[in-house]
Amino acid sequence: MAEAVFAVSAVIILAGAIGVVASRNPVHAALFLVQTLVGVAVLFVLNDAHFLAAVQVVVYAGAIVILFLFVIMLLGVDKAEELRIEPIFGQRPLAAVVGAALAAVLGTVVITGADVLTGLRRAGGDRALDGDATDIERMGRVLFGEFAFAVEITAALLTVAVVGAVVLTRRSSRSDGSETAGAARAGDA
Amino acid sequence: MSGTLVLAADPMLAGDIGLVEVVLTLAKVVVAFAFLLVAVMLMIWFERKLLGGMHQRFGPTIAGPFGILQTLADGTKLFFKEDLVPDRSDRFVFKLAPYLSLIPAFLAFAIVPLGGDFNNGGQVEWWGRTTYLQVADPPIGILLFLAMSSVAVYGVMLAGWSSGSKYPLLGSVRASAQMVSYEAALGLAVASIVLVTGGLSTHDMVVAQAAEGYFGIVPRWNVIVTGLVPFIVFMIAGTAELNRPPFDLVEAEQELVGGFHTEYSSIRFALFFLAEFMNTITMSAVIVTLFFGGPAGPVLVSEVGGVGIAWAWGVVWFFLKLFVLLFCFVWMRATLPRFRYDQLMDLGWKALIPVALGWFLFLTALEVGRERGWNEAAVTIVSLLVFAGAALLLVRAVRSGRRARDREAARADEPSDPVEERA
Repeated sequence: MAEAVFAVSAVIILAGAIGVVASRNPVHAALFLVQTLVGVAVLFVLNDAHFLAAVQVVVYAGAIVILFLFVIMLLGVDKAEELRIEPIFGQRPLAAVVGAALAAVLGTVVITGADVLTGLRRAGGDRALDGDATDIERMGRVLFGEFAFAVEITAALLTVAVVGAVVLTRRSSRSDGSETAGAARAGDA
Repeated sequence: MSGTLVLAADPMLAGDIGLVEVVLTLAKVVVAFAFLLVAVMLMIWFERKLLGGMHQRFGPTIAGPFGILQTLADGTKLFFKEDLVPDRSDRFVFKLAPYLSLIPAFLAFAIVPLGGDFNNGGQVEWWGRTTYLQVADPPIGILLFLAMSSVAVYGVMLAGWSSGSKYPLLGSVRASAQMVSYEAALGLAVASIVLVTGGLSTHDMVVAQAAEGYFGIVPRWNVIVTGLVPFIVFMIAGTAELNRPPFDLVEAEQELVGGFHTEYSSIRFALFFLAEFMNTITMSAVIVTLFFGGPAGPVLVSEVGGVGIAWAWGVVWFFLKLFVLLFCFVWMRATLPRFRYDQLMDLGWKALIPVALGWFLFLTALEVGRERGWNEAAVTIVSLLVFAGAALLLVRAVRSGRRARDREAARADEPSDPVEERA
């Protein structure tokens, strides 16, 4: 049963991943990404990580890809891009090198460490798996107990990022009055 | 990879799964689906009839007694209409979008407990199997509802985009911005319920609310336990999430022709329409579960002719509560005028989210105080003072932001150098 579920969701995930890279239309690529994310959520459920599965759907599929689609639609780049122009010099050879390096690292991990793939070594140690508690309870205890400081720091970082983004978008227009009104109205909308 | 798949807390699915379990589960799915479809049909009629009454007119009267078959007639008509796919549309996505709207609406309904005698744990025994009267009770419980409401955004968003025309795109951008914004408030209101319940399972939520209430007559519903505020936030955010009036800017016909489904016709339009009403019913059912004790209620007659019917009272109470909420949704639609877009965003981000977050922290403080044995009155007063202080700060921040914006806008309106302005 578990193997069958794994096989089906693996096919879905891989098909989605290929679709993201292969499709020329950005909106289609984003939809393939959703397919991959939902497939991974199924794998989470298969491993009894129900909370992670829910978060995967709520956060990644429900917020992040929606944001992608939003930007794609608002900027109107939903047609296939001209592929012959290279915006940054040397981008493609560099991408090939980085891709090959990533493939090499992943290949090494798969070949050398079977234990790494089954997750025997993990950040929280094995004690996170002790007891009958649900995964949400265990994650809550680890995140808000042991790693509470890291969580707080991340929260502060995100707040700083949001405030910074707002300040940056508004500062450029302060020197010029006419643009400010436009920015303010855009902010309202 | 673990070999055992834990799909639900339902006791029926804990042991071996044989034919009876599969048949029972299938029966539950079919009954729930059939119920939803019939409920949608009746809800559309009910809404039109009630709106008619509130507008001093009749509403549907021709088809069947009291016009009750009007929806059936409309649906049949839609089936036989020509199914148009616009020339400039993205054909596959255009055809996919209605289903993306419809399916989450049904899936979210699966976690709603529909009946059962919750004075005795809410379980029923059929054919020697102990089970719950709900399609599924997954470990993530209410999170499934939140996940489905975030997936439902895709239907609206892709419908507008794939139509390949302007007004639907504008409508869908509005809709998705609105739905994403209000999801946050919705989630925070749910968090308050999860806090007082101590778990995500909808079944456990109803069990907790079925416990002994206050003064013998006031039930222990979460709407009282959490102090009304999360309920109000959830109700408003839920209405916005449904894109129902007064939050129906998505299909503001004066501005957008018809919103994201302008280009849809025939059966595909019917699917959107169905999804909208299905979502309304699902949302009401979830509100009943979260805040009004779901099927929990007194058992008046426990047996008829030797057959135990205690579980049926749960169904009765559930439907009564559902009916009241659906009435409220129609009532709001008939009463309130549509919001302006900036008012909508202001309400969501500057009022609902801060209030929901503040109230959630207040409830947390109470819970922690109870656990540590602090003086409850002191905790309440101190937290409310902090709450008021934060609210004051927020109001001041919003005001000074608005003033700065007005100043900048005023400066922009009076051009200092007309030549530069033209350049």
